[in-house]
Amino acid sequence: MLIKRRPTILDPQGKAVEMGAHNLGLSNIKNTRIDKYIQFDIDTPDKSAAEKEVNDYCSKLLANPIMEDYEFNLEKIK
Amino acid sequence: MSKPKFGIVVFPGSNCDHDTYYVLKKLFNYDVNFLWHKDTDLNGSDIVILPGGFSYGDYLRTGAIAKFSPIMNEVINFADKGGYVFGICNGFQILLETGLLPGVMLKNISLKFVCKDVYLSVENKNTAFTEGIQKGKNVLKIPIAHGEGNYFADKETLNQLLDNDQIVFKYSSEDGEITDESNPNGSVMNIAGIINKKGNVFGMMPHPERSSDAILGKTDGSLIFHALANNILN
Repeated sequence: MLIKRRPTILDPQGKAVEMGAHNLGLSNIKNTRIDKYIQFDIDTPDKSAAEKEVNDYCSKLLANPIMEDYEFNLEKIK
Repeated sequence: MSKPKFGIVVFPGSNCDHDTYYVLKKLFNYDVNFLWHKDTDLNGSDIVILPGGFSYGDYLRTGAIAKFSPIMNEVINFADKGGYVFGICNGFQILLETGLLPGVMLKNISLKFVCKDVYLSVENKNTAFTEGIQKGKNVLKIPIAHGEGNYFADKETLNQLLDNDQIVFKYSSEDGEITDESNPNGSVMNIAGIINKKGNVFGMMPHPERSSDAILGKTDGSLIFHALANNILN
């Protein structure tokens, strides 16, 4: 799953990293944003149950909906 | 009740729990007990304090994992029934994550951990946490120590805070002026502490327990603990 800070919310980490890019001479780099990418397994054969559980995990714990948006993909592993 | 009983929650990573205990128990002689994060009982506490620190290593987001500690169900029930809950620094961050107070904390705009004395303008003296602070005393000197104290809320939430007089402390100059220079972390509207609409849940980033013992050269923090204790007794 991918957690992104809302576009209107300042990302100081991205800003700091971008400063480093400019110091490196990479002057065309703009709008650096640091997101979170989280991987995990979910042990259920039922896709809709899995979606519900992952959605709960995202909205209640992994992301704070006040400042972050999230999206996720489910892949069958066997 | 001759004196109120404080309960201090101890999360893995709390580090201001003992300072708060020292101030309340050893200096002021209130009844105080520690509440372990796995407890499911507040042990008769009249006031629950969520202390400062780095609960669960600040992993994911500050306060995000602490909100699922078993004790927090009890704290939320207690708050819903009108019980007094006081979040200091990381405790404030936990109250935001729990939804007991509105808004979120972002990283300080300077990207630096800031540890210094700041001045707070008392914006509302009609709360259980500030009523009784003497007339004319409108600015408190209390230290901050945090990397993520940049309070943010959307416009609608800020309007609600303003309409209901929920902003209790703002970062200010020594004279009580609200200026950009006196804002140590980028908080919207210089917000340093807010209370819920009902007036029983309060969070602030500065550390009153670090400015309560005269030996440390400042005691303004003690005014908040005494105000709270007295208002609960009355």
